Amino acid sequence: MLAKRIIPCLDVKEGRVVKGVNFVGLRDAGDPVESAQRYSAGGADEITFLDITASHENRRTLFELVDRTASTVAVPLTVGGGVRERRDVSELLHAGADKVSINSAAVANPTFIRDMAEAYGAQAIVVAIDAKRVPGETDRWTVYTHGGRRDTGLDAIAWAKQMADYGAGEILLTSMDRDGTQDGYDLLLTRAVVDAISIPVVASGGVGTLAHVHEGLAAGGADAALAASIFHDGHYTVTEVKEYLLDQGVCVRPPERD
Amino acid sequence: MTTGRVAIVDLGLGNLHSVAKAFERAGANAELSSDPDVLLRADRLVMPGQGAFKECAHALRGEIGEAVRSWIDSGRPYLGICLGMQALFESSEEAPGEKGLGIFPGRVKRFASDLRDAEGRRLKVPHIGWNQIDSTHPVFENGEWYYFVHSYYCVPDDESLVAATTDYGAPFCSAIARDNVLACQFHPEKSQHAGARLIGHFLGDVSWS
Repeated sequence: MLAKRIIPCLDVKEGRVVKGVNFVGLRDAGDPVESAQRYSAGGADEITFLDITASHENRRTLFELVDRTASTVAVPLTVGGGVRERRDVSELLHAGADKVSINSAAVANPTFIRDMAEAYGAQAIVVAIDAKRVPGETDRWTVYTHGGRRDTGLDAIAWAKQMADYGAGEILLTSMDRDGTQDGYDLLLTRAVVDAISIPVVASGGVGTLAHVHEGLAAGGADAALAASIFHDGHYTVTEVKEYLLDQGVCVRPPERD
Repeated sequence: MTTGRVAIVDLGLGNLHSVAKAFERAGANAELSSDPDVLLRADRLVMPGQGAFKECAHALRGEIGEAVRSWIDSGRPYLGICLGMQALFESSEEAPGEKGLGIFPGRVKRFASDLRDAEGRRLKVPHIGWNQIDSTHPVFENGEWYYFVHSYYCVPDDESLVAATTDYGAPFCSAIARDNVLACQFHPEKSQHAGARLIGHFLGDVSWS
């Protein structure tokens, strides 16, 4: 039986891990390669890097980082952030990423996703959706771009469907309301997207406890749970998360002995 | 353990960096090459997954394909990964009319679109993520988890080729073994310690029947 995946996410800026709340107030949290090695040794099923380096000029730093990570970490690596054109996708895949995550560029030009899935295979193309609840409504969310600064007005569920139809291999779904809060995933949002599409959904934004991870996979129905701060801040190890999920009867790949 | 030189067949269809690195971590001297002479001088040959069946079949039509075929005939150790497993068979539903290497009789089929798990939930294609194998073969660890990413799987005519199966709606063939040939649908280079152990077995043993 296919296992639910646990994916530690590293926000990366100029080659270093950073962490902030709701995309502001960033602080340095170490070397990404070391973190990725530690997480994979602890049983991470995949590693995600989100590059939030503002300028495109420091792209070389990211490629070197991806190359160093892919050379030392034997689990799949997803890289996103600032992916605007075909060359960005091809350079990241060549540097050693297994999947490339695309956000704003998909909104600007949806056919970009179709072209990239045809060129590199659906399995390599992840569409990242930053969704925020419409004020005053319980079950409507719109898509934000540019690191959460711009409301596109697009309905998040309809957008996820469109991206699945265009050939995306997976949706990385982040709740902007929950990101960095440690209040738990937005389960209504997660469930609504999971039920609407037939490609895997990675839940993101808001994990603070072991129970939150379980909720995202069980009540939320996500195929994978992505989390950042609970791992960086040392609240829980990946091994602890997996042992907890196994106790709850969730199918995950058990942490390995060395 | 004498690992010697491992040549990795590079058809120019994808990034094989992580495959090479996985063999280097296991202590091998690994080299990516598309030159038949270089490939044939190695001690072990690895064909990783790359591209789609059609592109792979085209790339194998010429002298690289001949080199792989003569390598396998010579009895030296071969490891096929993902498409490097599928290419050993005669044909694939992914590219009707294209010929594989035809080392073994059989074909490559697509997962049905209406697969369901034990609880009746619809399963997604491609099959992406970590799944377990059932195996009684000494090289493979029964119950171990490996990383898969594929929509097609091999159906050998000779069922005795099957060295491992994996459940995705129904059991499918996830590895084969015969004499000097090992091949797996999953990716040992992405399968952490379990993958590293499998690579270690490939570098250590010489016959897998």
